[in-house]
Amino acid sequence: MSSLKLSTVTKTFGRHTALDRVGLTVGAGERVALLGHNGAGKSTLMKIVLGLIPADGGSVEVLGAAPGSGAARAQVAYLPENAAFHPSLTGEEQMALYLRLRGAPASQARPLLDRVGLGDAARRRIGTYSKGMRQRVGLAQALIGRPRLLVLDEPTSGLDPVSRREFYAILEELAADGAAILLSSHALTEVEARTDRIVILSKGRVVADDTLAGLRRNAGLPTRIHVAARPGAADDVARELRAGRRNGVMVDLVCPPDEKLSRLGRVAELGHLVEDVEVVPPSLEDIYDHYSRRTQA
Amino acid sequence: MTAALGLASCEFRIALRNRWVAIVIAMMTLFALVLSAAGSAPTGELGADSLSVTVASLTSLAVYLVPLVGLLMAFDAVAGEVERGTLPLLLTYPVSRARLLLGKALAHLATLALALAIGYGSAAAAAFAVDPEAAGGLPALVRLFWSSLLLGASFLGIGYALSAIARRPGAAAGLAIGLWLVLIVLYDLGLLAAVVADAGGVFTTHVFPWLLLANPADAFRIFNLASSEATAAAAGVGGAAGSIPAWQALASVALWPLVAFALALLAFRKVTP
Ligand SMILES: Nc1ncnc2c1ncn2[C@@H]1O[C@H](COP(=O)(O)OP(=O)(O)O)[C@@H](O)[C@H]1O
Ligand SMILES: [Mg+2]
Repeated sequence: MSSLKLSTVTKTFGRHTALDRVGLTVGAGERVALLGHNGAGKSTLMKIVLGLIPADGGSVEVLGAAPGSGAARAQVAYLPENAAFHPSLTGEEQMALYLRLRGAPASQARPLLDRVGLGDAARRRIGTYSKGMRQRVGLAQALIGRPRLLVLDEPTSGLDPVSRREFYAILEELAADGAAILLSSHALTEVEARTDRIVILSKGRVVADDTLAGLRRNAGLPTRIHVAARPGAADDVARELRAGRRNGVMVDLVCPPDEKLSRLGRVAELGHLVEDVEVVPPSLEDIYDHYSRRTQA
Repeated sequence: MTAALGLASCEFRIALRNRWVAIVIAMMTLFALVLSAAGSAPTGELGADSLSVTVASLTSLAVYLVPLVGLLMAFDAVAGEVERGTLPLLLTYPVSRARLLLGKALAHLATLALALAIGYGSAAAAAFAVDPEAAGGLPALVRLFWSSLLLGASFLGIGYALSAIARRPGAAAGLAIGLWLVLIVLYDLGLLAAVVADAGGVFTTHVFPWLLLANPADAFRIFNLASSEATAAAAGVGGAAGSIPAWQALASVALWPLVAFALALLAFRKVTP
Protein backbone atom coordinates (compact mmCIF):
# COMPACT_ATOMS: atom_id res chain seq x y z
CA MET A 1 0.00 0.00 0.00
CA SER A 2 1.32 3.45 -0.81
CA SER A 3 1.56 6.01 1.97
CA LEU A 4 0.65 8.82 -0.37
CA LYS A 5 -1.40 8.50 -3.50
CA LEU A 6 -2.47 11.30 -5.82
CA SER A 7 -4.39 10.82 -9.02
CA THR A 8 -5.49 13.43 -11.57
CA VAL A 9 -5.16 16.21 -9.01
CA THR A 10 -6.00 19.57 -10.51
CA LYS A 11 -5.77 23.00 -8.92
CA THR A 12 -6.42 26.36 -10.50
CA PHE A 13 -5.93 29.85 -9.09
CA GLY A 14 -8.29 32.04 -11.07
CA ARG A 15 -7.39 31.35 -14.69
CA HIS A 16 -3.96 29.98 -13.85
CA THR A 17 -3.65 26.19 -13.69
CA ALA A 18 -1.14 25.42 -10.93
CA LEU A 19 -1.58 21.62 -11.08
CA ASP A 20 -2.83 19.74 -14.11
CA ARG A 21 -4.02 16.15 -13.58
CA VAL A 22 -1.08 15.26 -11.36
CA GLY A 23 -0.64 11.64 -10.33
CA LEU A 24 2.05 10.32 -8.05
CA THR A 25 2.63 7.80 -5.28
CA VAL A 26 5.09 7.48 -2.43
CA GLY A 27 5.47 4.11 -0.76
CA ALA A 28 6.49 3.40 2.83
CA GLY A 29 10.25 3.71 3.19
CA GLU A 30 10.54 5.51 -0.12
CA ARG A 31 12.18 8.90 -0.70
CA VAL A 32 10.68 10.75 -3.63
CA ALA A 33 12.04 14.06 -4.86
CA LEU A 34 9.62 16.50 -6.44
CA LEU A 35 11.56 18.64 -8.86
CA GLY A 36 10.51 21.73 -10.73
CA HIS A 37 11.31 25.34 -11.51
CA ASN A 38 9.94 28.13 -9.35
CA GLY A 39 6.21 28.24 -9.89
CA ALA A 40 6.00 24.66 -11.17
CA GLY A 41 3.43 23.82 -8.49
CA LYS A 42 5.52 21.98 -5.89
CA SER A 43 4.36 23.94 -2.86
CA THR A 44 0.78 23.90 -4.07
CA LEU A 45 0.88 20.12 -4.39
CA MET A 46 2.29 19.80 -0.87
CA LYS A 47 -0.34 22.09 0.62
CA ILE A 48 -3.02 19.94 -0.97
CA VAL A 49 -1.43 16.80 0.48
CA LEU A 50 -1.46 18.45 3.92
CA GLY A 51 -5.07 19.54 3.55
CA LEU A 52 -4.15 23.22 3.88
CA ILE A 53 -5.84 24.01 0.58
CA PRO A 54 -8.44 21.93 -1.26
CA ALA A 55 -7.85 20.45 -4.71
CA ASP A 56 -10.30 21.33 -7.47
CA GLY A 57 -10.37 17.81 -8.84
CA GLY A 58 -8.82 14.38 -8.55
CA SER A 59 -8.21 12.32 -5.44
CA VAL A 60 -5.64 12.39 -2.68
CA GLU A 61 -5.13 9.63 -0.13
CA VAL A 62 -2.78 10.19 2.79
CA LEU A 63 -2.02 7.03 4.81
CA GLY A 64 -5.46 5.76 3.89
CA ALA A 65 -7.19 8.91 5.13
CA ALA A 66 -8.36 12.20 3.65
CA PRO A 67 -5.78 15.00 3.53
CA GLY A 68 -6.01 17.25 6.57
CA SER A 69 -8.18 14.80 8.52
CA GLY A 70 -7.30 14.13 12.14
CA ALA A 71 -5.93 10.69 11.30
CA ALA A 72 -3.73 12.10 8.55
CA ARG A 73 -2.47 15.05 10.57
CA ALA A 74 -1.48 12.81 13.46
CA GLN A 75 0.98 10.93 11.24
CA VAL A 76 2.17 13.54 8.77
CA ALA A 77 5.02 15.98 9.37
CA TYR A 78 5.60 19.11 7.32
CA LEU A 79 8.54 21.37 6.77
CA PRO A 80 7.31 24.52 5.04
CA GLU A 81 9.31 26.44 2.47
CA ASN A 82 11.13 29.20 4.41
CA ALA A 83 10.19 27.78 7.80
CA ALA A 84 9.26 30.63 10.16
CA PHE A 85 8.85 30.67 13.93
CA HIS A 86 8.10 33.17 16.64
CA PRO A 87 11.24 35.31 17.03
CA SER A 88 10.68 35.86 20.77
CA LEU A 89 10.83 32.17 21.64
CA THR A 90 14.02 30.18 22.05
CA GLY A 91 14.56 27.11 19.91
CA GLU A 92 13.88 24.93 22.92
CA GLU A 93 10.64 26.70 23.86
CA GLN A 94 9.38 26.55 20.29
CA MET A 95 10.14 22.84 20.11
CA ALA A 96 8.46 22.26 23.49
CA LEU A 97 5.31 23.85 22.09
CA TYR A 98 5.34 21.67 18.98
CA LEU A 99 5.91 18.60 21.12
CA ARG A 100 2.93 19.44 23.33
CA LEU A 101 0.76 20.07 20.27
CA ARG A 102 1.51 16.48 19.26
CA GLY A 103 0.94 15.20 22.77
CA ALA A 104 4.62 14.30 23.21
CA PRO A 105 6.69 15.17 26.29
CA ALA A 106 8.33 18.60 26.12
CA SER A 107 11.54 17.09 27.46
CA GLN A 108 12.30 15.74 23.99
CA ALA A 109 13.01 19.27 22.76
CA ARG A 110 16.69 19.17 23.61
CA PRO A 111 17.48 15.72 22.12
CA LEU A 112 15.69 16.66 18.90
CA LEU A 113 17.59 19.92 18.61
CA ASP A 114 20.82 18.03 19.30
CA ARG A 115 19.95 15.64 16.50
CA VAL A 116 19.77 18.47 13.95
CA GLY A 117 22.92 20.08 15.34
CA LEU A 118 21.24 22.98 17.14
CA GLY A 119 22.03 21.92 20.70
CA ASP A 120 24.28 24.91 21.35
CA ALA A 121 21.70 27.44 20.20
CA ALA A 122 18.73 25.82 21.98
CA ARG A 123 18.57 28.55 24.63
CA ARG A 124 18.84 31.44 22.19
CA ARG A 125 15.88 33.26 20.71
CA ILE A 126 14.94 32.20 17.20
CA GLY A 127 15.06 35.87 16.21
CA THR A 128 18.86 35.57 16.35
CA TYR A 129 19.02 32.43 14.16
CA SER A 130 20.31 32.31 10.58
CA LYS A 131 18.13 30.95 7.79
CA GLY A 132 19.94 27.62 7.92
CA MET A 133 19.33 27.38 11.67
CA ARG A 134 15.62 28.08 11.25
CA GLN A 135 15.57 25.40 8.58
CA ARG A 136 17.03 23.00 11.17
CA VAL A 137 14.35 23.91 13.71
CA GLY A 138 11.89 23.12 10.94
CA LEU A 139 13.49 19.74 10.42
CA ALA A 140 13.59 19.06 14.18
CA GLN A 141 9.84 19.66 14.52
CA ALA A 142 9.21 17.38 11.53
CA LEU A 143 10.92 14.55 13.42
CA ILE A 144 8.48 14.67 16.35
CA GLY A 145 6.56 11.52 17.10
CA ARG A 146 7.81 9.11 14.41
CA PRO A 147 5.77 10.47 11.45
CA ARG A 148 4.79 8.01 8.72
CA LEU A 149 4.85 10.61 5.96
CA LEU A 150 7.16 13.61 5.77
CA VAL A 151 6.38 16.43 3.39
CA LEU A 152 9.44 18.66 3.08
CA ASP A 153 9.26 21.78 0.93
CA GLU A 154 12.73 22.77 -0.32
CA PRO A 155 14.29 21.44 2.87
CA THR A 156 17.91 21.96 1.84
CA SER A 157 17.62 25.56 0.72
CA GLY A 158 19.78 27.66 3.03
CA LEU A 159 21.87 24.69 4.16
CA ASP A 160 25.60 24.51 3.53
CA PRO A 161 26.95 21.34 1.83
CA VAL A 162 27.97 19.69 5.12
CA SER A 163 24.57 20.33 6.70
CA ARG A 164 22.93 19.07 3.55
CA ARG A 165 24.78 15.78 3.84
CA GLU A 166 23.76 15.48 7.51
CA PHE A 167 20.19 16.23 6.48
CA TYR A 168 20.14 13.45 3.92
CA ALA A 169 21.67 11.08 6.48
CA ILE A 170 18.68 11.76 8.76
CA LEU A 171 16.28 11.17 5.86
CA GLU A 172 17.97 7.85 5.20
CA GLU A 173 17.39 6.75 8.81
CA LEU A 174 13.74 7.79 8.61
CA ALA A 175 13.21 5.92 5.35
CA ALA A 176 14.95 2.86 6.77
CA ASP A 177 12.40 3.03 9.59
CA GLY A 178 9.61 2.88 7.01
CA ALA A 179 8.63 6.53 6.73
CA ALA A 180 7.54 7.80 3.34
CA ILE A 181 9.27 11.01 2.31
CA LEU A 182 8.27 13.56 -0.31
CA LEU A 183 10.70 16.42 -0.67
CA SER A 184 10.89 19.19 -3.21
CA SER A 185 13.79 21.00 -4.79
CA HIS A 186 14.43 23.15 -7.82
CA ALA A 187 17.80 21.54 -8.55
CA LEU A 188 18.46 17.93 -9.48
CA THR A 189 22.02 18.36 -8.22
CA GLU A 190 20.70 18.77 -4.67
CA VAL A 191 18.84 15.50 -4.57
CA GLU A 192 20.55 13.19 -7.06
CA ALA A 193 21.57 9.91 -5.47
CA ARG A 194 20.00 10.54 -2.09
CA THR A 195 16.46 9.81 -3.26
CA ASP A 196 14.87 6.66 -4.58
CA ARG A 197 12.73 8.27 -7.24
CA ILE A 198 12.44 11.62 -8.97
CA VAL A 199 9.22 13.24 -10.14
CA ILE A 200 9.69 16.25 -12.38
CA LEU A 201 6.92 18.82 -12.40
CA SER A 202 6.80 21.38 -15.15
CA LYS A 203 4.08 24.04 -15.28
CA GLY A 204 1.82 21.90 -13.12
CA ARG A 205 2.28 18.67 -15.09
CA VAL A 206 4.25 15.56 -14.22
CA VAL A 207 6.74 15.20 -17.08
CA ALA A 208 8.90 12.44 -15.62
CA ASP A 209 8.66 9.89 -12.81
CA ASP A 210 11.60 7.52 -12.59
CA THR A 211 14.86 6.67 -10.84
CA LEU A 212 17.84 8.81 -11.72
CA ALA A 213 19.28 5.96 -13.81
CA GLY A 214 15.98 5.56 -15.61
CA LEU A 215 15.75 9.28 -16.30
CA ARG A 216 19.27 9.23 -17.67
CA ARG A 217 18.53 6.25 -19.90
CA ASN A 218 15.23 7.48 -21.27
CA ALA A 219 16.49 10.98 -21.95
CA GLY A 220 18.97 9.46 -24.45
CA LEU A 221 21.12 12.55 -24.20
CA PRO A 222 24.42 12.47 -26.11
CA THR A 223 27.63 11.54 -24.37
CA ARG A 224 30.72 13.66 -24.88
CA ILE A 225 34.14 12.12 -25.45
CA HIS A 226 37.15 14.34 -25.00
CA VAL A 227 40.25 12.98 -26.72
CA ALA A 228 43.66 14.47 -25.93
CA ALA A 229 45.96 13.94 -28.94
CA ARG A 230 49.76 13.63 -28.92
CA PRO A 231 51.48 16.91 -29.78
CA GLY A 232 51.02 17.69 -33.47
CA ALA A 233 48.57 14.82 -34.01
CA ALA A 234 45.35 16.71 -33.27
CA ASP A 235 44.46 17.27 -36.92
CA ASP A 236 45.05 13.60 -37.78
CA VAL A 237 42.94 12.43 -34.87
CA ALA A 238 40.13 14.82 -35.77
CA ARG A 239 40.17 13.61 -39.37
CA GLU A 240 40.20 9.93 -38.37
CA LEU A 241 37.29 10.41 -35.93
CA ARG A 242 35.44 12.87 -38.15
CA ALA A 243 35.16 15.23 -35.20
CA GLY A 244 35.76 18.86 -34.38
CA ARG A 245 39.06 20.09 -32.90
CA ARG A 246 38.85 22.30 -29.85
CA ASN A 247 42.48 23.44 -29.76
CA GLY A 248 45.96 22.19 -30.62
CA VAL A 249 45.58 18.96 -28.61
CA MET A 250 41.91 18.36 -27.72
CA VAL A 251 39.41 16.67 -30.01
CA ASP A 252 35.73 16.59 -28.94
CA LEU A 253 33.24 13.91 -29.95
CA VAL A 254 29.49 13.96 -29.31
CA CYS A 255 27.60 10.69 -29.79
CA PRO A 256 24.28 9.06 -28.82
CA PRO A 257 24.55 6.76 -25.78
CA ASP A 258 24.32 3.55 -27.83
CA GLU A 259 27.27 4.52 -30.04
CA LYS A 260 29.51 5.28 -27.11
CA LEU A 261 31.36 1.94 -27.11
CA SER A 262 31.98 1.80 -30.86
CA ARG A 263 33.32 5.34 -30.85
CA LEU A 264 35.62 4.50 -27.98
CA GLY A 265 36.79 1.50 -30.00
CA ARG A 266 37.74 3.81 -32.85
CA VAL A 267 39.65 6.00 -30.41
CA ALA A 268 41.51 2.95 -29.11
CA GLU A 269 42.55 2.01 -32.65
CA LEU A 270 44.35 5.34 -32.91
CA GLY A 271 46.42 4.26 -29.91
CA HIS A 272 49.74 5.83 -30.81
CA LEU A 273 48.19 9.22 -31.67
CA VAL A 274 46.15 9.51 -28.46
CA GLU A 275 47.44 10.61 -25.09
CA ASP A 276 44.23 10.36 -23.02
CA VAL A 277 40.45 9.88 -23.28
CA GLU A 278 37.71 11.26 -21.04
CA VAL A 279 34.04 10.24 -21.22
CA VAL A 280 31.58 12.84 -19.94
CA PRO A 281 28.04 11.57 -19.39
CA PRO A 282 25.16 14.08 -19.66
CA SER A 283 25.13 16.29 -16.56
CA LEU A 284 22.25 16.37 -14.11
CA GLU A 285 21.39 19.84 -15.33
CA ASP A 286 21.21 18.55 -18.90
CA ILE A 287 18.86 15.75 -17.86
CA TYR A 288 16.67 18.08 -15.82
CA ASP A 289 16.53 20.60 -18.67
CA HIS A 290 15.63 17.87 -21.10
CA TYR A 291 12.54 16.83 -19.13
CA SER A 292 11.37 20.20 -17.93
CA ARG A 293 11.66 21.68 -21.41
CA ARG A 294 9.84 18.86 -23.19
CA THR A 295 6.37 20.11 -22.17
CA GLN A 296 6.86 23.39 -23.92
CA ALA A 297 6.99 21.63 -27.30
CA MET B 1 -6.16 19.96 26.40
CA THR B 2 -2.37 19.79 26.84
CA ALA B 3 -2.22 21.33 23.38
CA ALA B 4 -4.27 24.37 24.40
CA LEU B 5 -2.34 24.73 27.67
CA GLY B 6 0.99 24.43 25.87
CA LEU B 7 -0.07 27.11 23.44
CA ALA B 8 -1.35 29.29 26.29
CA SER B 9 1.92 29.11 28.21
CA CYS B 10 3.89 29.97 25.07
CA GLU B 11 1.60 32.90 24.29
CA PHE B 12 1.90 34.15 27.84
CA ARG B 13 5.68 33.96 27.63
CA ILE B 14 5.61 35.90 24.38
CA ALA B 15 3.32 38.51 25.97
CA LEU B 16 5.77 38.82 28.87
CA ARG B 17 8.75 39.28 26.54
CA ASN B 18 6.93 41.76 24.32
CA ARG B 19 6.13 43.75 27.51
CA TRP B 20 2.41 43.33 26.85
CA VAL B 21 1.83 42.00 30.33
CA ALA B 22 3.71 44.92 31.88
CA ILE B 23 1.91 47.47 29.70
CA VAL B 24 -1.55 46.12 30.50
CA ILE B 25 -0.83 45.95 34.23
CA ALA B 26 0.65 49.46 34.28
CA MET B 27 -2.31 50.84 32.36
CA MET B 28 -4.89 49.24 34.67
CA THR B 29 -3.10 50.21 37.86
CA LEU B 30 -2.45 53.78 36.79
CA PHE B 31 -6.06 54.45 35.83
CA ALA B 32 -7.44 52.65 38.88
CA LEU B 33 -5.25 54.67 41.27
CA VAL B 34 -6.00 57.99 39.58
CA LEU B 35 -9.73 57.27 39.73
CA SER B 36 -9.72 56.18 43.33
CA ALA B 37 -7.72 59.27 44.30
CA ALA B 38 -10.20 61.47 42.48
CA GLY B 39 -13.21 59.63 43.93
CA SER B 40 -12.06 59.29 47.54
CA ALA B 41 -12.91 62.82 48.69
CA PRO B 42 -16.71 63.28 48.94
CA THR B 43 -18.14 60.04 50.28
CA GLY B 44 -20.26 61.08 53.23
CA GLU B 45 -23.30 62.47 51.42
CA LEU B 46 -23.85 59.26 49.43
CA GLY B 47 -23.95 57.20 52.57
CA ALA B 48 -21.73 54.63 50.99
CA ASP B 49 -18.36 53.30 52.06
CA SER B 50 -15.40 54.49 50.07
CA LEU B 51 -14.76 51.12 48.39
CA SER B 52 -18.29 51.10 46.93
CA VAL B 53 -17.66 54.54 45.52
CA THR B 54 -14.35 53.35 44.12
CA VAL B 55 -16.09 50.39 42.51
CA ALA B 56 -18.55 52.79 40.87
CA SER B 57 -15.68 54.76 39.35
CA LEU B 58 -13.87 51.58 38.38
CA THR B 59 -16.98 50.39 36.56
CA SER B 60 -16.99 53.48 34.37
CA LEU B 61 -13.29 53.00 33.78
CA ALA B 62 -13.62 49.32 32.94
CA VAL B 63 -16.29 50.00 30.32
CA TYR B 64 -13.68 51.89 28.31
CA LEU B 65 -10.44 50.21 29.25
CA VAL B 66 -11.26 46.49 29.36
CA PRO B 67 -12.64 46.30 25.79
CA LEU B 68 -9.66 48.32 24.57
CA VAL B 69 -7.15 46.07 26.27
CA GLY B 70 -8.97 42.97 25.00
CA LEU B 71 -8.95 44.20 21.41
CA LEU B 72 -5.31 45.29 21.62
CA MET B 73 -4.22 41.88 22.87
CA ALA B 74 -6.33 40.02 20.31
CA PHE B 75 -5.83 41.81 17.01
CA ASP B 76 -2.51 40.09 16.28
CA ALA B 77 -3.68 36.57 17.14
CA VAL B 78 -4.41 35.29 13.63
CA ALA B 79 -3.08 38.11 11.45
CA GLY B 80 0.29 37.97 13.21
CA GLU B 81 0.65 34.25 12.49
CA VAL B 82 -0.28 34.88 8.87
CA GLU B 83 2.27 37.67 8.55
CA ARG B 84 5.09 35.77 10.24
CA GLY B 85 4.33 32.77 8.03
CA THR B 86 3.88 30.50 11.03
CA LEU B 87 0.24 29.63 10.39
CA PRO B 88 0.57 26.92 7.67
CA LEU B 89 2.81 24.77 9.85
CA LEU B 90 0.62 25.27 12.91
CA LEU B 91 -2.44 24.15 10.95
CA THR B 92 -0.79 20.86 9.95
CA TYR B 93 -0.59 19.84 13.62
CA PRO B 94 -3.33 17.54 14.91
CA VAL B 95 -4.99 20.35 16.85
CA SER B 96 -8.35 21.87 15.92
CA ARG B 97 -8.67 25.56 15.16
CA ALA B 98 -10.97 25.92 18.16
CA ARG B 99 -8.17 24.60 20.40
CA LEU B 100 -5.67 26.97 18.84
CA LEU B 101 -7.93 29.94 19.57
CA LEU B 102 -8.68 28.62 23.03
CA GLY B 103 -4.98 28.40 23.83
CA LYS B 104 -4.43 32.02 22.85
CA ALA B 105 -7.55 33.11 24.73
CA LEU B 106 -6.37 31.41 27.92
CA ALA B 107 -3.09 33.32 27.81
CA HIS B 108 -4.79 36.62 27.09
CA LEU B 109 -7.39 36.06 29.81
CA ALA B 110 -4.65 35.25 32.29
CA THR B 111 -2.88 38.48 31.39
CA LEU B 112 -6.12 40.43 31.80
CA ALA B 113 -6.94 38.73 35.10
CA LEU B 114 -3.51 39.59 36.44
CA ALA B 115 -3.83 43.23 35.38
CA LEU B 116 -7.35 43.53 36.80
CA ALA B 117 -6.36 41.93 40.09
CA ILE B 118 -3.41 44.29 40.50
CA GLY B 119 -5.27 47.38 39.25
CA TYR B 120 -8.49 46.85 41.19
CA GLY B 121 -6.47 45.55 44.13
CA SER B 122 -4.48 48.75 44.44
CA ALA B 123 -7.61 50.86 44.15
CA ALA B 124 -9.20 48.77 46.90
CA ALA B 125 -6.09 49.13 49.05
CA ALA B 126 -6.32 52.88 48.65
CA ALA B 127 -9.99 52.79 49.68
CA PHE B 128 -9.19 50.73 52.78
CA ALA B 129 -6.47 53.21 53.68
CA VAL B 130 -8.94 56.08 54.02
CA ASP B 131 -12.04 54.21 55.20
CA PRO B 132 -12.00 51.32 57.71
CA GLU B 133 -15.61 50.53 56.73
CA ALA B 134 -14.54 49.79 53.18
CA ALA B 135 -15.13 46.04 53.56
CA GLY B 136 -18.80 46.71 52.79
CA GLY B 137 -17.84 47.28 49.16
CA LEU B 138 -15.97 43.99 48.77
CA PRO B 139 -18.81 41.99 47.16
CA ALA B 140 -19.23 44.74 44.57
CA LEU B 141 -15.49 44.64 43.88
CA VAL B 142 -15.49 40.88 43.40
CA ARG B 143 -18.49 41.16 41.09
CA LEU B 144 -16.74 43.87 39.13
CA PHE B 145 -13.67 41.65 38.80
CA TRP B 146 -15.33 38.63 37.27
CA SER B 147 -17.73 40.59 35.12
CA SER B 148 -14.74 42.57 33.81
CA LEU B 149 -13.14 39.26 32.84
CA LEU B 150 -16.29 38.27 30.96
CA LEU B 151 -16.35 41.64 29.24
CA GLY B 152 -12.68 41.19 28.34
CA ALA B 153 -13.39 37.71 26.99
CA SER B 154 -16.11 39.13 24.71
CA PHE B 155 -13.74 41.65 23.22
CA LEU B 156 -10.95 39.12 22.93
CA GLY B 157 -13.28 36.97 20.84
CA ILE B 158 -14.33 39.95 18.74
CA GLY B 159 -10.65 40.84 18.33
CA TYR B 160 -9.80 37.33 17.11
CA ALA B 161 -12.63 37.52 14.59
CA LEU B 162 -11.34 40.87 13.29
CA SER B 163 -7.81 39.45 13.19
CA ALA B 164 -8.95 36.51 11.08
CA ILE B 165 -11.02 38.71 8.78
CA ALA B 166 -8.26 41.27 8.24
CA ARG B 167 -5.37 38.77 7.88
CA ARG B 168 -2.86 41.61 8.17
CA PRO B 169 -1.90 43.00 11.59
CA GLY B 170 -2.08 46.62 10.47
CA ALA B 171 -5.56 46.24 9.05
CA ALA B 172 -6.64 44.22 12.08
CA ALA B 173 -5.43 46.95 14.45
CA GLY B 174 -7.35 49.55 12.45
CA LEU B 175 -10.51 47.49 12.55
CA ALA B 176 -10.09 46.91 16.29
CA ILE B 177 -9.75 50.62 17.10
CA GLY B 178 -12.65 51.46 14.80
CA LEU B 179 -14.84 48.87 16.44
CA TRP B 180 -13.91 50.14 19.89
CA LEU B 181 -14.92 53.67 18.92
CA VAL B 182 -18.22 52.49 17.50
CA LEU B 183 -19.25 50.07 20.25
CA ILE B 184 -17.94 51.97 23.26
CA VAL B 185 -18.17 55.64 22.34
CA LEU B 186 -20.52 56.22 19.41
CA TYR B 187 -23.07 53.57 20.34
CA ASP B 188 -24.00 55.29 23.62
CA LEU B 189 -23.98 58.73 22.08
CA GLY B 190 -26.27 57.53 19.33
CA LEU B 191 -28.63 55.90 21.78
CA LEU B 192 -28.75 58.99 23.96
CA ALA B 193 -29.51 61.18 20.96
CA ALA B 194 -32.28 58.80 19.91
CA VAL B 195 -33.78 58.72 23.40
CA VAL B 196 -33.78 62.50 23.61
CA ALA B 197 -35.40 62.82 20.18
CA ASP B 198 -37.95 60.13 21.02
CA ALA B 199 -39.02 61.95 24.20
CA GLY B 200 -40.34 58.91 26.04
CA GLY B 201 -41.98 57.22 23.07
CA VAL B 202 -42.04 53.59 21.94
CA PHE B 203 -38.34 53.59 21.12
CA THR B 204 -37.37 54.55 24.66
CA THR B 205 -39.64 52.03 26.35
CA HIS B 206 -39.42 49.04 24.00
CA VAL B 207 -36.39 49.22 21.70
CA PHE B 208 -33.83 51.08 23.77
CA PRO B 209 -33.47 48.49 26.59
CA TRP B 210 -32.79 45.73 24.05
CA LEU B 211 -30.22 47.84 22.25
CA LEU B 212 -28.47 48.41 25.55
CA LEU B 213 -28.47 44.70 26.32
CA ALA B 214 -27.16 43.89 22.86
CA ASN B 215 -23.96 45.79 23.53
CA PRO B 216 -21.72 43.84 25.93
CA ALA B 217 -20.17 47.00 27.35
CA ASP B 218 -23.56 48.55 28.15
CA ALA B 219 -24.81 45.27 29.58
CA PHE B 220 -21.69 45.15 31.76
CA ARG B 221 -22.32 48.67 33.06
CA ILE B 222 -25.99 48.02 33.74
CA PHE B 223 -25.20 44.78 35.55
CA ASN B 224 -22.70 46.43 37.87
CA LEU B 225 -24.91 49.47 38.43
CA ALA B 226 -28.08 47.53 39.03
CA SER B 227 -26.36 45.23 41.46
CA SER B 228 -25.06 48.04 43.59
CA GLU B 229 -27.18 50.94 44.80
CA ALA B 230 -24.22 53.15 45.46
CA THR B 231 -22.95 52.96 41.93
CA ALA B 232 -26.06 54.74 40.68
CA ALA B 233 -24.08 57.85 41.44
CA ALA B 234 -21.84 57.12 38.49
CA ALA B 235 -24.58 56.40 36.02
CA GLY B 236 -24.36 57.72 32.49
CA VAL B 237 -26.59 56.03 30.01
CA GLY B 238 -27.45 53.72 32.86
CA GLY B 239 -29.67 56.39 34.38
CA ALA B 240 -32.14 55.84 31.59
CA ALA B 241 -31.77 52.10 31.87
CA GLY B 242 -32.99 51.63 35.41
CA SER B 243 -35.81 49.46 34.18
CA ILE B 244 -33.52 46.65 32.97
CA PRO B 245 -33.24 43.88 35.56
CA ALA B 246 -29.77 42.80 36.60
CA TRP B 247 -30.26 39.19 35.51
CA GLN B 248 -30.90 40.23 31.91
CA ALA B 249 -27.76 42.31 31.90
CA LEU B 250 -25.85 39.39 33.40
CA ALA B 251 -27.21 37.04 30.76
CA SER B 252 -25.89 39.35 28.07
CA VAL B 253 -22.51 39.70 29.79
CA ALA B 254 -22.23 35.91 30.15
CA LEU B 255 -23.46 35.03 26.65
CA TRP B 256 -21.33 37.50 24.75
CA PRO B 257 -18.02 35.65 25.24
CA LEU B 258 -19.60 32.55 23.70
CA VAL B 259 -21.05 34.49 20.78
CA ALA B 260 -17.77 36.32 20.21
CA PHE B 261 -15.78 33.10 20.34
CA ALA B 262 -18.16 31.46 17.85
CA LEU B 263 -17.73 34.43 15.53
CA ALA B 264 -13.96 34.20 15.89
CA LEU B 265 -14.01 30.50 15.08
CA LEU B 266 -16.19 31.06 12.02
CA ALA B 267 -13.82 33.73 10.74
CA PHE B 268 -10.71 31.67 11.56
CA ARG B 269 -12.11 28.63 9.72
CA LYS B 270 -12.30 30.75 6.56
CA VAL B 271 -8.58 31.53 6.67
CA THR B 272 -6.65 29.40 4.16
CA PRO B 273 -2.90 29.63 4.53
N1 LIG C 1 -2.64 31.44 -3.24
C1 LIG C 1 -2.34 31.58 -4.54
N2 LIG C 1 -3.05 32.42 -5.32
C2 LIG C 1 -2.76 32.56 -6.63
N3 LIG C 1 -1.79 31.91 -7.27
C3 LIG C 1 -1.05 31.04 -6.56
C4 LIG C 1 -1.28 30.84 -5.16
N4 LIG C 1 -0.39 29.93 -4.72
C5 LIG C 1 0.36 29.60 -5.79
N5 LIG C 1 -0.03 30.26 -6.89
C6 LIG C 1 0.54 30.12 -8.24
O1 LIG C 1 0.62 28.75 -8.55
C7 LIG C 1 1.82 28.45 -9.22
C8 LIG C 1 2.57 27.38 -8.45
O2 LIG C 1 3.07 27.92 -7.27
P1 LIG C 1 3.92 27.07 -6.24
O3 LIG C 1 3.19 25.81 -5.96
O4 LIG C 1 4.24 27.94 -5.08
O5 LIG C 1 5.24 26.77 -7.07
P2 LIG C 1 6.63 26.16 -6.57
O6 LIG C 1 6.51 25.80 -5.14
O7 LIG C 1 6.87 24.99 -7.47
O8 LIG C 1 7.66 27.23 -6.80
C9 LIG C 1 2.57 29.75 -9.35
O9 LIG C 1 2.36 30.28 -10.63
C10 LIG C 1 1.96 30.62 -8.30
O10 LIG C 1 2.01 31.96 -8.70
MG1 LIG D 1 7.51 26.46 -3.58
